[in-house]
Amino acid sequence: MRRILQTNALPKAIVFVLCLVPLGLLLWDGWHGQLGANPIEKIMRRTGDWVLYFLLLTLTMTPLRKTSAWRWPLRYRRLLGLFAFFYVILHFLNYLVLDQFFAWDEIVKDIVKRPYITVGFTALLLLIPLAVTSTDNMMRRLGRDWKKLHSLVYIIGVLAILHYLWLVKADNRTPLIYGALLLLLLLFRTPWFDRLWKLRRFQAGGQTVADRRL
Amino acid sequence: MLIKIRKDNAILASEITDKSVYQDRRQFIKASGTLALAGAASLAGIGALSVSREARAGKKISGYKERAYVTDEPLTPIEDVTHYNNFYEFSTDKEGPAVMARAFNPHPWSIKVEGEVGKPGTYQLEDFIKPHTLEERIYRFRCVEAWSMVIPWVGIPLANVIKRFEPTSKAKYVEMVTLYDPQRMPGQQRAVLNWPYVEGLRIDEAMHPLTMLAVGLYGEELPNQNGAPLRLVVPWKYGFKNIKSIVTLRFTAQEPKNTWQVTNAREYGFYANVNPEVDHPRWSQARERRIGEFLKRKTVMFNGYADEVAGLYAGMNLHKFF
Repeated sequence: MRRILQTNALPKAIVFVLCLVPLGLLLWDGWHGQLGANPIEKIMRRTGDWVLYFLLLTLTMTPLRKTSAWRWPLRYRRLLGLFAFFYVILHFLNYLVLDQFFAWDEIVKDIVKRPYITVGFTALLLLIPLAVTSTDNMMRRLGRDWKKLHSLVYIIGVLAILHYLWLVKADNRTPLIYGALLLLLLLFRTPWFDRLWKLRRFQAGGQTVADRRL
Repeated sequence: MLIKIRKDNAILASEITDKSVYQDRRQFIKASGTLALAGAASLAGIGALSVSREARAGKKISGYKERAYVTDEPLTPIEDVTHYNNFYEFSTDKEGPAVMARAFNPHPWSIKVEGEVGKPGTYQLEDFIKPHTLEERIYRFRCVEAWSMVIPWVGIPLANVIKRFEPTSKAKYVEMVTLYDPQRMPGQQRAVLNWPYVEGLRIDEAMHPLTMLAVGLYGEELPNQNGAPLRLVVPWKYGFKNIKSIVTLRFTAQEPKNTWQVTNAREYGFYANVNPEVDHPRWSQARERRIGEFLKRKTVMFNGYADEVAGLYAGMNLHKFF
């Protein structure tokens, strides 16, 4: 048991199962006819939402590691990223099979002509190399290049937000909220933020020294 | 130990009326009335059950001409017609209006008739409708978002109403306006659209025998989320032309600026005729999903009403006047 905890196998397994809950709920609702008047659209929305949630969660791990004493965030980064990929595959399969039913000519037209589908599809394509290189083995083999390659996720995040923003008709509040969250998470990665953070830590350190003197 | 001393005039949290109760007081009063009535009725030994059921299901409309205009296509279930709505005055979510419009009370209701018209004035809904015979018309309904339904409306031809108010020769268009009341229509508290919602028709479109003002669907008074108590139905145009909860009918010489055109003129025009050859810039209009069906079906010109309405647009470039 202790060994399991030490290797993080158990917490990881729990997180893995939790990540499958949205799919479980979707299947449950589908089975019970709870997906409303337009189930295909509902599946599209729900899987799309979860792609965004997982992308944002993945991008939260590095800032969390930077600003806390915790080491665990980095251990879940790849897992969460892979679930973003998992839900985007479901999202795309729903489009391909249920929504369009393999109407290839329509699909090609959509991808070429509709900007929101163009950016969404691009984001999906860009996620593929990241998913493929997410094994330990690949990480070792790519070395420094791995990090470079995986910084593609920043572009993917922006494309995903644009995909959402460009598909709504008038009420863009929700995509703008997600966009603001993404912007914040990207700002955490700038040198500007690093400087700010070091300054803050320095000031906090100064205070404790002063406290000790008292 | 902390002892809380209650001041004489302090109000306990438990004494404050719950917001939902307070907001639903009309329903509560109505329901108690129904209950009392039901109680009295059951004492008297007459069908008490039907009273309470009707109170829930929406008031039945009596004495309308059934099946005045029909199609052989299967009807979209009432559950879907009433729980999949675009009614941004209540919510921008499809399932939102059914929930958010529950507390809305569309009575009393009056309609202002103004502009280039012989008999302007403000009319109570009942007086507005009374001179006409209600009839049922089963129409296809095609949303600009590429889904469609088949709905049995109850209402009156708009032409009959217009004739009654005697528009002048300057009246080239009819502009219609939705109620603006952010307290009763909470969606209006956010500037998602340019409130109030405005729509319009060319006078010949408005006078076309297919164009109707609906007061009900499925033989019942319009549910709030479907545009109670009075809405427009123009079956050959996209859904957004079918303005809901109308309070103003204005006869004008100028083409009205409808809300979606104001919001995004590149994507939404004044005419908004169903046309599979003119795509919405962001999605194709060639096919549609009929609610309840799996495979998409081909969208038909003028939503299948071309024989009746194509003449209205003879010689017009429909790619330009979309």
